[in-house]
Amino acid sequence: MSDERASRTRTIRTDYLARVEGEGAMYVELEGDEVRDVKLRIYEPPRFFEALLRGRAFTEAPDITSRICGICPIAYQMSAVRAREDACGIAIDSGPIRDLRRLIYCGEWIESHSLHVYLLHAPDFLGYPGFVEMARDHPLIAQQGLQMKKAGNTVMTLVGGREIHPVNVRVGGFYRAPSRRELRTLVEPLERARDTALATVRWAAELPFPDARNEPELVALDDPGGYPIDLGRIVSDRGLDIAPADFDSHVVEEQVEHSNALHARMRARGSYLTGPLARYNLAFEHLCELAQAAAREAGLGPTCRNPFQSIIVRAVELVQACDDALGIISGYEEPDRPAVEVTPRRAVGHGATEAPRGMLYHRYEIDAEGTILAATIVPPTSQNQLAIEADLRGVVQRNLGLPDEELKLICEQAIRNHDPCISCATHFLDLTVQRA
Amino acid sequence: MWKFSSCDGCQLSLLDLEDELLALTERLEIAQFLEASSATVEGPYDVSLVEGSITTPHEAERIREVRASSRALITINGCPINKLQLLELINAYLNARRPRVRAHSVCIECKRRGTVCVMVAHGTPCLGPVTHAGCGAICPAYDRGCYGCFGPQETPNHASLDEWSPLEDRDLVRVYRTFNAAARPFREASEAHE
Repeated sequence: MSDERASRTRTIRTDYLARVEGEGAMYVELEGDEVRDVKLRIYEPPRFFEALLRGRAFTEAPDITSRICGICPIAYQMSAVRAREDACGIAIDSGPIRDLRRLIYCGEWIESHSLHVYLLHAPDFLGYPGFVEMARDHPLIAQQGLQMKKAGNTVMTLVGGREIHPVNVRVGGFYRAPSRRELRTLVEPLERARDTALATVRWAAELPFPDARNEPELVALDDPGGYPIDLGRIVSDRGLDIAPADFDSHVVEEQVEHSNALHARMRARGSYLTGPLARYNLAFEHLCELAQAAAREAGLGPTCRNPFQSIIVRAVELVQACDDALGIISGYEEPDRPAVEVTPRRAVGHGATEAPRGMLYHRYEIDAEGTILAATIVPPTSQNQLAIEADLRGVVQRNLGLPDEELKLICEQAIRNHDPCISCATHFLDLTVQRA
Repeated sequence: MWKFSSCDGCQLSLLDLEDELLALTERLEIAQFLEASSATVEGPYDVSLVEGSITTPHEAERIREVRASSRALITINGCPINKLQLLELINAYLNARRPRVRAHSVCIECKRRGTVCVMVAHGTPCLGPVTHAGCGAICPAYDRGCYGCFGPQETPNHASLDEWSPLEDRDLVRVYRTFNAAARPFREASEAHE
């Protein structure tokens, strides 16, 4: 039996990954007990955003780059406007415009995390192919997830004009700043969402978690004033501490044959992970008291290294985002003008913010009139691919005894642990065709 | 629901119908919606909703297969679609009636909403007069001009609009070549200023 098993080749594959954003596939090859090959294959066609930004006016970058992702358009808009402002020597790091930016970003986190926790990830834990099937047996859970998601979208719609590809974000601030009275209409839905988020942490803590542990370098922004969302230096648990402007000199992006998304890695150390787990481990002490207490009650300490528990961490971040948003609303004063003047000059600018699924870096070179000469966009999923593949390898190794179908399901779940955003990842410029 | 090269935003609109989603699924069977479920049903299908652009030979082949296995195929576009329009479309289908989709320009929506014209009052360039209604005229309500993300309306008169516009030719080419750049009226408008 053992001889037979040792020589047997098994292939575990999913050709069309479900419940992820975009088009990807998974391929695992085993020879006996040895994992021979692990691939997260991203086949969504390349989308060439970096090329089509060339020659555009910089003021168009927020509207154009938001179309990279329907789930996290605000992340693209925020990294884009910060990069442009950086190029022009402006940093909006405090005041009402910054508050409004953080508020709409909280709305996006609430919408995106609710979507992932309830609609995309929960069915894995409860054993359903999808949310609709799960909702038939768990109608209350399903409803509370949808209502929390709606609260996030309500914030996006009020501040941004609509939930998908909001129209109100511009270089320098906003086209129109909402009034205090308008923002107060968000208090009630956000308070309810915060209660739901707390209930979500408790519910998620009871889910069955496969044993797993991953040790990639964790990378997130470091905002001295709070939990990292919209600004900060780039730091890691292995001593990285750089300004966004130095991202390029520390991170390299590489073409690999099996993915239409570039693979990013630290020049010095290799694979790394961004996203909720990285933020939680690096910035636990910046979580609000309520979120910290909820995490502790759920049995999490200030570190969490089991990627399957990312569903609890997302729920903790939901508490954080709701609480943060409520704090901003209660202290909000309308700005004198909705945007500050940003005068173009020939320069290079960098912007990094925390999309719900991880750090998003933009770099633009602009001319004296503000026309874009070159653009580089490094989304979270490009950065996480190597770490996701390493996770997969570990999960397979730990679960060799499972029959193929069960092993496949747990592998898919391991990918969804990181909420990959595949359309985002295939935005890039150069396509190299390799021929044997 | 079929996805081609895209940001997923239009199909996400279905999941953004938080108050209606579960009720909808009681009235229809979702046979294929990979972003929401790994369960799929073999065709033929009554209605296929299609998101995205066809950008590779493989996608060209796939869209033909989808078309061949669908009684009705509807491309969902607008950038993004308005989720209430999507709801209206599905609702109309379930009740065997024509969907109520207005064919006029964004201008009419501004008037209905009571928004002061940003171009007349402030000289802000706006594509509202040539752009299809449906978004609810969001941009002018947020003090900016429409940028055409819903594509051309049925009878656009870009020549007249462009005479009014404060923009130079170079910028007019740009604004018509952002969203729906290949839709014929926008393409012709951009070529006219080259």
